[in-house]
Amino acid sequence: MNNELLTYTLRIADNSLILGQRMSEWCSKGPTLEEDIALSNISLDLFGQANGFYSYASQLDGNKSPDDLAFLRNEREFFNQQIVELENIDFGNTIVRNFLYDSYNFLFYSSLKNSKDDTLSALASKSLKEVKYHLRHSKNWLIRLGDGTEFSKEKVQKSLESIWQYTHDMFSMDEIDNKMYRLNIGVNNSNLKVEWDRIINETLIEAKLVRPKDGYNAKGGKNGMHTEHLGFLLAEMQFLQRAYPNAKW
Amino acid sequence: MTEEKFQKRIDREEKIEPKDWMPEGYRKHLIRQISQHAHSEIIGMQPEGNWISRAPSLRAKMILLAKVQDEAGHGLYLYSACETLGVSRQELVSQLHSGKAKYSSIFNYPTLSWADMGAIGWLVDGAAIVNQVSLQRTSFGPYSRGMVKICKEESFHQRQGYEIMAQMAQGTSEQKAMAQDALNRFWWPSIMMFGPNDSDSPRTGNAMKWKIKRKTNDELRQEFIDKTVNQAEIIGLTIPDKDLKWNDERQHYDFGEMDWDEFWSVVNGNGPCNKQRLNHHKKAHDDGQWVREAAKSYSQKKELIAN
Repeated sequence: MNNELLTYTLRIADNSLILGQRMSEWCSKGPTLEEDIALSNISLDLFGQANGFYSYASQLDGNKSPDDLAFLRNEREFFNQQIVELENIDFGNTIVRNFLYDSYNFLFYSSLKNSKDDTLSALASKSLKEVKYHLRHSKNWLIRLGDGTEFSKEKVQKSLESIWQYTHDMFSMDEIDNKMYRLNIGVNNSNLKVEWDRIINETLIEAKLVRPKDGYNAKGGKNGMHTEHLGFLLAEMQFLQRAYPNAKW
Repeated sequence: MTEEKFQKRIDREEKIEPKDWMPEGYRKHLIRQISQHAHSEIIGMQPEGNWISRAPSLRAKMILLAKVQDEAGHGLYLYSACETLGVSRQELVSQLHSGKAKYSSIFNYPTLSWADMGAIGWLVDGAAIVNQVSLQRTSFGPYSRGMVKICKEESFHQRQGYEIMAQMAQGTSEQKAMAQDALNRFWWPSIMMFGPNDSDSPRTGNAMKWKIKRKTNDELRQEFIDKTVNQAEIIGLTIPDKDLKWNDERQHYDFGEMDWDEFWSVVNGNGPCNKQRLNHHKKAHDDGQWVREAAKSYSQKKELIAN
């Protein structure tokens, strides 16, 4: 059970860390100074969440520190969903990815806060406050960009089409998920889909964007199957820890 | 109100507020100085931003990102302080892009190892604090109040930088070498941050009379060196200046001659990263154009509906 809980916790931690890392890439590149600050804030929240979940994972593991977990695992040992590792590309693309993921993440934490596991429940309650703000941020921007200029509308519609395939896996359930759900520790992801659809559909109407048709569905992030982007992200992020294994920082 | 009355207010240590009468020269000097300061905060995000993705621990990553974010915040208050003098942020940014407005030359040096994050916090923020503490008493109200707020955060940054240096100086031999190398590269550019010697600083006269500046470049530089030498000794690093020694008579450290040719060359655009820093800022600005246009168009549509 401990192993499964560890993996379950790592999945959450990895989602936060990898999206945090992507968001931190925006620092000094935002479309306005105010927005630069907002993007860094989101990144800081996500790193804080990752730190909380890694600390719990480290306790469960009994051996590795939170930093070992973040900096010394390889691609196939990372369990984040593929959607969070996608490259930023441009501001609109980042907003689309975040909106699709934030909507899910908001529902996920809303449910995880009722977990029978006290630590996961506490971490979820704390994260939920922040994720509410992240969702408001990405949702408002999506509406502005969708209903802004012709150019911005076209741009975010394209991003929506290209990222859509990464949304389905958020709702999948594997053996670990099922077991955690049965023990009232974890969330039933597939139950989140109806509410997610409602948030997405309402927002897309307000943003004057079109919901993409379902097609190919990417899957497997939670089992260590990733896009080609993750390896580069990790190579950069883990560089110092890997290059100087005996150093303390 | 005449210039004479204005000067009397200054001499009585009254703060000048945006709507008060002020000589044109005073306004111009302030716009130049505050915008230069704002641009330095903004361009200064880049050399440290360069290491956010590679910070070696979760804690280090959060501290560095929060620090760079603070700099963006400082830039924001300083642009606002400048706007009270009747110049828009957009205008200030175009002056930066055209090269008319400058920023601190220190940010035109590359950050080549993690120890540079320590050196920048310790030395660059350390030098900035010495200057900014004195500017808390500057005569222009919004600038003075901004400095009070900024100083609190900067002293935090300086301690965090020093902590990185201390930890690396006591770490593995490779880490110690990185720390010493960072000190070697950042020492001279840091002490040049205070600007040219007083004898070569054409604008100091009025700035002191108007109490925009409260201490001269050389006074501030000496203060910085005096407090930093000991900090380097404590963590076992060597300041790269063979002429550095305590002068009992002056009660100050004597130090070597700065390379002013290099200083002026970097100020005038020929430093290792001048083009890179400006291009990065321009690119972010240009890449954000469509986003700003979309936001504007959206809010115009909403206003139309509301009316």
